[in-house]
Amino acid sequence: MSPPRGSLESDGRFEETSLDASSFTPLFILVTVREAINQGMDEELERDEKVFLLGEEVAQYDGAYKVSRGLWKKYGDKRIIDTPISEMGFAGIAVGAAMAGLRPICEFMTFNFSMQAIDQVINSAAKTYYMSGGLQPVPIVFRGPNGASAGVAAQHSQCFAAWYGHCPGLKVVSPWNSEDAKGLIKSAIRDNNPVVVLENELMYGVPFEFSSEAQSKDFLVPIGKAKIERQGTHITVVSHSRPVGHCLEAATVLSKEGIECEVINMRTIRPMDIETIEASVVKTNHLVTVEGGWPQFGVGAEICARIMEGPAFNFLDAPAVRVTGADVPMPYAKILEDNSVPQVKDIIFAIKKTLNI
Amino acid sequence: MAVVTAAARVLGSSRGLGQDGLLLLRRLGVRGLAISHPQRQQQHFSSLDDKPQFPGASAEFIDKLEFIQPNVISGIPIYRVMDRQGQIINPSEDPNLPQEKVLKFYKSMTLLNTMDRILYESQRQGRISFYMTNYGEEGTHVGSAAALDNTDLVFGQYREAGVLMYRDYPLELFMAQCYGNVSDLGKGRQMPVHYGCKERHFVTISSPLATQIPQGEDALPGPAVGAAYAAKRANANRVVICYFGEGAASEGDAHAGFNFAATLECPIIFFCRNNGYAISTPTSEQYRGDGIAARGPGYGIMSIRVDGNDVFAVYNATKEARRRAVAENQPFLIEAMTYRIGHHSTSDDSSAYRSVDEVNYWDKQDHPISRLRHYLQSRGWWDDEQEKDWRKQSRKKVMEAFEQAERKPKPNFSLLFSDVYQEMPAQLRKQQESLARHLQTYGEHYPLDHFEK
Repeated sequence: MSPPRGSLESDGRFEETSLDASSFTPLFILVTVREAINQGMDEELERDEKVFLLGEEVAQYDGAYKVSRGLWKKYGDKRIIDTPISEMGFAGIAVGAAMAGLRPICEFMTFNFSMQAIDQVINSAAKTYYMSGGLQPVPIVFRGPNGASAGVAAQHSQCFAAWYGHCPGLKVVSPWNSEDAKGLIKSAIRDNNPVVVLENELMYGVPFEFSSEAQSKDFLVPIGKAKIERQGTHITVVSHSRPVGHCLEAATVLSKEGIECEVINMRTIRPMDIETIEASVVKTNHLVTVEGGWPQFGVGAEICARIMEGPAFNFLDAPAVRVTGADVPMPYAKILEDNSVPQVKDIIFAIKKTLNI
Repeated sequence: MAVVTAAARVLGSSRGLGQDGLLLLRRLGVRGLAISHPQRQQQHFSSLDDKPQFPGASAEFIDKLEFIQPNVISGIPIYRVMDRQGQIINPSEDPNLPQEKVLKFYKSMTLLNTMDRILYESQRQGRISFYMTNYGEEGTHVGSAAALDNTDLVFGQYREAGVLMYRDYPLELFMAQCYGNVSDLGKGRQMPVHYGCKERHFVTISSPLATQIPQGEDALPGPAVGAAYAAKRANANRVVICYFGEGAASEGDAHAGFNFAATLECPIIFFCRNNGYAISTPTSEQYRGDGIAARGPGYGIMSIRVDGNDVFAVYNATKEARRRAVAENQPFLIEAMTYRIGHHSTSDDSSAYRSVDEVNYWDKQDHPISRLRHYLQSRGWWDDEQEKDWRKQSRKKVMEAFEQAERKPKPNFSLLFSDVYQEMPAQLRKQQESLARHLQTYGEHYPLDHFEK
């Protein structure tokens, strides 16, 4: 593996540097989301021996989606543990280990299977610190792919951002690019509260630039802070996870028509950074939310409710609009599946409708 | 089978198990049962042999079609040390504990019983919202607690208050939790009897059933196993004990917990209180097999069934299980047979599903407290005079703690918002400040003097 190394010139050219190993530090390299998560976990496993990873196929198999590649070889049986097929079982074990002072990373092969363990995530992990009067912390991370994949149908495509985001006691993060992924998994592991990390299978193989800052072993993305991926003046477009990329595409298309979108990458579902969204709406006066999950009781619904309750409401020139997944269990047939998730054209349509264009 | 029995003779000769241990293994009568952990029999792969090569089981071939019959008529035998009159049956099984220790057993059980009576009444009088008594099961709590180290981690379901009592949890704190007053370590956040004490290594009781098993009430098996795994990693001389009833053992969490404890080789004791009922569901409707002990070998777990109303039997079994769990890093399953004399809780009236005669039998003829008292009296360590005195004394202690608990204020109202996360999030802080301001202006309309300032 040799990612292209070099620097971005001021005229936009990418000048590739000759691979002289002596003194050169690359300004940026390309890293896939999968590699970023792997790096993040590797660094935290090295930093703190209480951290360990458990789940199905995470050890010798390198992970069902190869996210834990190389970790078992490096850290062995005591730190990277394959479990029997019982989410209820291994989530419970992970919670117990966290209660006893370890710092487990519990991987669900997809978050759809976390439903079998949801009692452990909510009743045993999320609520325990409160119910014990602050006596019993549960420093655990639940991670795995969330939301729609490709051709895996209804029982493997559900988005759990709204379900977990609903519960006090949990923190919920949803990275989009590689820096998000590495910084958030590291913050999650270091956080003493239970944290749910919603990754995305379709993003695992996508490469992104990694700044020199992100290459550091102490690079953290704070939980609870959104990021403005693209500045704009006409409309605020808020999203999380893979749809952020679609929003940026839509913004590029609309820019040619003179519409400048401000695209916000939430990065954290709970605690939501509503302040960043409010400041943006105050500036642009228009709001569209974009998510892969179902519309009812979803992330977009929560954003709209909070905007109404806060100062930004008075700055809206039009009702906020939500772009969401279709309100059906995910169909299998490709043409149906494609039309059940937000596409770039749907985002453009919603933006133009809000702007009354 | 001969091989298994011979091996059992070697293994079963450890303290307290003796003949009964052999009987246990012989009784199972299951062909090809793996002898014992930790050596999983891995056969050498050889295509020349006509022996089974399957990775999934270590067994011989058989050419006769025969189903294994579950044995419920004559199940796993019940280990006991005393008879129902408190007399030692086999002197070699008598743990020969010093007088002071046995008196502590007796006083813990009776103090618990007294506290139960008073707190049950207080719920009936509307002073607390809810209560669960431990009548008839005191032996299971005290016998097992006494066999553990004080630092062993306890995951309970909800009917294990005697374990805390034995670990000297003060009456004041039992009451504080039930009343949700300012002294409650849990800050008044839980229903009564959901005790927790970090100092005494007793994990806070949680309502969903069996969730403590994987962890360590309803969801405890998993977390208990997880905690045991952590203890093993730390190489601590420490065991985790996970209590649950025979009803909770039906939860999926129990299955997962047992399986994981065995595959992860955790130093954990699974302690099942088989008390005959899960609220109104009798054991005949809870399972069709030979109770819970019979399930252990299915997971590769060392198992035993004991007379839960015999505090010495419980003590011996737990002591040996603890010693071996730590030394060999393997789980143990103890099924303590007992009877729930009281109602499930204050929300239950058990006369709806069982006869008064049945309850009376256990109360009068086979009660852990009476049996121990007879033992004490036959040793000359207790008499009627001391009994009278102690009853008065324990009742007085409980009443004093009770009255004090009633008088204490509730925790400060601002504690409503804390501990959701380790650091209070901004919007909760805003709400906390908003409430404080509201009370500054309108405080006179609220019963503020019931709450701590």
